[in-house]
Amino acid sequence: MRRMVVLVVVGLVVLGGCGPGPAPAPTEAPTPTAPPAPRTVRLMTHDSFDVSEEVLAAFEAQHNAKVEVLQAGDAGVVLNQAILSADNPLADVLYGVDNTLLSRALKAGILEPYASPLLDEIPDALELDPQQRALPVDYGDVCLNYDKGWFAGHDLPPPANLEDLVKPEYRSLTVVENPATSSPGLAFLLATVGHFSETGATTYLDYWADLRKNDVLVVDGWEDAYYGQFTYGSGGEGDRPIVVSYASSPPAEVYFAERPLEEAPTAAVVSDGSCFRQIEFVGILKGGQNRDLTEAWVDFMLDQAFQEDIPLHMFMFPANQDAALPDAFARFALVPAHPAEVDYTAIETHREAWIEAWAGVVVR
Amino acid sequence: MGGGGGAVRRGGKERGSGGAGERGSERRFAIRHSPFSIPHSPSFSSFTHLLIYSLPLLFLLLFYFYPLASILSLSFTPGGHLSLEALGKLFRTPYYLQTLWFTVWQAALSTVLTVGLALPGAYVFARYDFPGKSLVQALTTVPFVLPTIVVALAFTALLGPRGLANLALMRLLGLDRPPLDLQYTLAIILLAHVFYNYTLVLRIVGTYWANLDPQLEEAARMLGAGRWRAFREVTLPLLSPAIGAAALLVFIFCFTSFGVILVLGGPRFATLEVEIYRQTIQYLDLPLAAALSVVQILFTFALMAVYARLQARVARPLELRPRQVTQRRPRRPRERLAVGANAGLMLVLLVAPLVALVARSLTLSETGGALAFYRQLFENPRGSAFYVAPVEAVRNSLGFALATVALSLTLGLLAAAVLLRPAPARAPSLPSLPSLPSLPSLRPLLDPLFMLPLGTSAVTLGLGYIVALDRPPLNLRTSPLLVILAHTLVALPFVVRSVLPALRSINPRLREAAALLGASPWRVWREVDLPIVARAVLVGAVFAFTVSMGEFGATSLIARPERPTMPIAIYRFLGRPGVANYGQALAMSTLLMLVCTLGFLAIERFRVGEVGEF
Repeated sequence: MRRMVVLVVVGLVVLGGCGPGPAPAPTEAPTPTAPPAPRTVRLMTHDSFDVSEEVLAAFEAQHNAKVEVLQAGDAGVVLNQAILSADNPLADVLYGVDNTLLSRALKAGILEPYASPLLDEIPDALELDPQQRALPVDYGDVCLNYDKGWFAGHDLPPPANLEDLVKPEYRSLTVVENPATSSPGLAFLLATVGHFSETGATTYLDYWADLRKNDVLVVDGWEDAYYGQFTYGSGGEGDRPIVVSYASSPPAEVYFAERPLEEAPTAAVVSDGSCFRQIEFVGILKGGQNRDLTEAWVDFMLDQAFQEDIPLHMFMFPANQDAALPDAFARFALVPAHPAEVDYTAIETHREAWIEAWAGVVVR
Repeated sequence: MGGGGGAVRRGGKERGSGGAGERGSERRFAIRHSPFSIPHSPSFSSFTHLLIYSLPLLFLLLFYFYPLASILSLSFTPGGHLSLEALGKLFRTPYYLQTLWFTVWQAALSTVLTVGLALPGAYVFARYDFPGKSLVQALTTVPFVLPTIVVALAFTALLGPRGLANLALMRLLGLDRPPLDLQYTLAIILLAHVFYNYTLVLRIVGTYWANLDPQLEEAARMLGAGRWRAFREVTLPLLSPAIGAAALLVFIFCFTSFGVILVLGGPRFATLEVEIYRQTIQYLDLPLAAALSVVQILFTFALMAVYARLQARVARPLELRPRQVTQRRPRRPRERLAVGANAGLMLVLLVAPLVALVARSLTLSETGGALAFYRQLFENPRGSAFYVAPVEAVRNSLGFALATVALSLTLGLLAAAVLLRPAPARAPSLPSLPSLPSLPSLRPLLDPLFMLPLGTSAVTLGLGYIVALDRPPLNLRTSPLLVILAHTLVALPFVVRSVLPALRSINPRLREAAALLGASPWRVWREVDLPIVARAVLVGAVFAFTVSMGEFGATSLIARPERPTMPIAIYRFLGRPGVANYGQALAMSTLLMLVCTLGFLAIERFRVGEVGEF
């Protein structure tokens, strides 16, 4: 007992005295004889960030650097943390802010412009910020997915567009995520906003009212929707053959299948206006260290090696047009030609109103 | 012998017994039992005491109040000016008032249900010994560590439209539609709250009950009281400190319920905690989130203050009996029935969902055999830089958990010692404590303070850490230490609540007698207090271990470079589509359950020196 107390006292003293300070930053020029100590680039990102060891090691070796990855929950939490720590940033680079959060990040003024030469290889349509504070790294489309086997077995054509879901023959077949708590849920709500708009004969709220009448199931997050309720993902325990997921989910099903599949067991609905495109950005945080190294990291993220690593690690599509897609993606992924369009600045201004209106129609 | 210890021995000799006297001696108990009295000059000793006893408070101050105050003041000063507009909005909007109301009544209902269902179980565990008892007890605690999403999947497997229960009922009753429709209902929220919290009542009340003298109730029966009356008028009042402590923990847990409400309740239900999360993450409305947090904290504080007051009144020293005397094998049919019925309830309610998960992890693979996904846990086919080897996840989780147990037991026992000593009503003749002269007047406020972290939103506190602990000497934002600190903050109330009723139940005369016979304070503590409290300390240790192994909310919000825990590994798998990910998430969940069960069994086997079992 006494020893424990001593331990704690010592622990508190150590903790108070010498907590790990900010990453070492030897800025003075290294002497030519001794090899310079590696510098650190600190990357702040969401929990879904992933990269292969090999690719990461290549960067670290080339730049004599260490990449420190800070993951702290989903993109919303990470952005909050970045904004709150603006005076004394946690990291040098922020990755994972998407177009639903972009406006908030830009307004907060936490990012610095950087005109990366690699931007030439990225389609203009993905570059939303003209001041180049947020640079597109990858994108993914949130679309309806369906269980091919279920539809084949029930003699029903799979849904072709959003409108199909409110037809009587599709009653009680769909599960969606709550836009107030889930990022694909919000993306799907935005798809309906873009597709049906807020005014006109059938507004997005009218559509949702019809969906509710057709017994749509709303759950908290993607995990429960996909693994709990979706017939295919749950291995038959769920009873909903249509789920809101990503256009990259079918190739992921092939890639993670137990035995080689000739065909994806699920498919995404990619007709015009039925998907919402999430674009993920990287940006240099104000007040970070080692600007040159940080720029090198941003370039690296936009360059071929990293970009080709994205699909099988984050299940998104590379923004760089020259990046080759892995086999599973090239063969089984469908990319919607015309996702629903919602301006990213409008998302910031209307997010709360749209979600509240949605809740009024669907939940309460 | 330090000043404190000597003072105690003198006091023990001078004083007689009696009501006020007992209180007086209890007041000095913390010193008398204190193993910290280091032989040295009085001034050193008093300084040491001050330091040691203020450690728990210092801990709270640094890692709770400071970050909390930082984030709240930042949230309430958007643009640099104090604005309480958000609080106004809160009380003007019917939706938030409804949310508060729902939060309160669902927690109250969950608490009543949990205590009602678990009390018979606690009785059976307290009075009878039967084969497999410790395993059943360990299994009942496993739910506590499971991530909500995993529990949701288990419930779907059992109670969903195509779950085992529905399939069985359909076959049995010849129905063509599933008769049970519990998904996204209040019923399943309540069921999940019982599932998670049953163990709190079972362990806290059961441990306390086991040392109650059965002869008290038997005497009442002999005098003609019926079984029920004897229980109500003799046992129940004696048990009330433990029941109160357990019920309070259950209530606060349900009051701040988050995952269960979101995942199992669905979008129609919201507690304050859920709303804080939504406002922070989705609407990025920090002022409103802060306002909701303040309401949540104030409510917890008020509740705790009332509780602490009641507790001080009902707590009394007891004649405790060791387990060997109070426990026996069930013999009569009626006793066997009681044991069987309660063990059966635990198996159905708590263990069946666990079995469903394990079964699923073994049967999901179509081609690879039962252990396919367990094998895959050890592979890293994509060469991911963030691959977590299962051994590593287990090691990280265990490392954090053991550190949490050590830190929270140390701080918790100190806190309990501080809280134990009641205000010095009348005992002027007693040599008063050299330390903490001003504490007694604050003590009624102290107890609630230690509970506050449980009633505080993890989202709010997580952001508080980012804002507050960002500069040397407390630059901890990205340190793994922060995980241990956050876990300890949550574990501390469990330790305090587990230990305090046992400490209060010790008859001070036992200590006085020991001291009178010449026992040193250390020996008094070791031979009087420790045997009686040891069990309760182990209960506290189990809960601290559990809290740390299962904690996900706060851990996930802390910017951490490496060291993923098992729950975080589970969430990583579940974040991606594909049967391999689903299977590995289930396999990792099974591993988590296994490690925790072994951990509980190990902690329960732990004995302090040659101290007899109590």
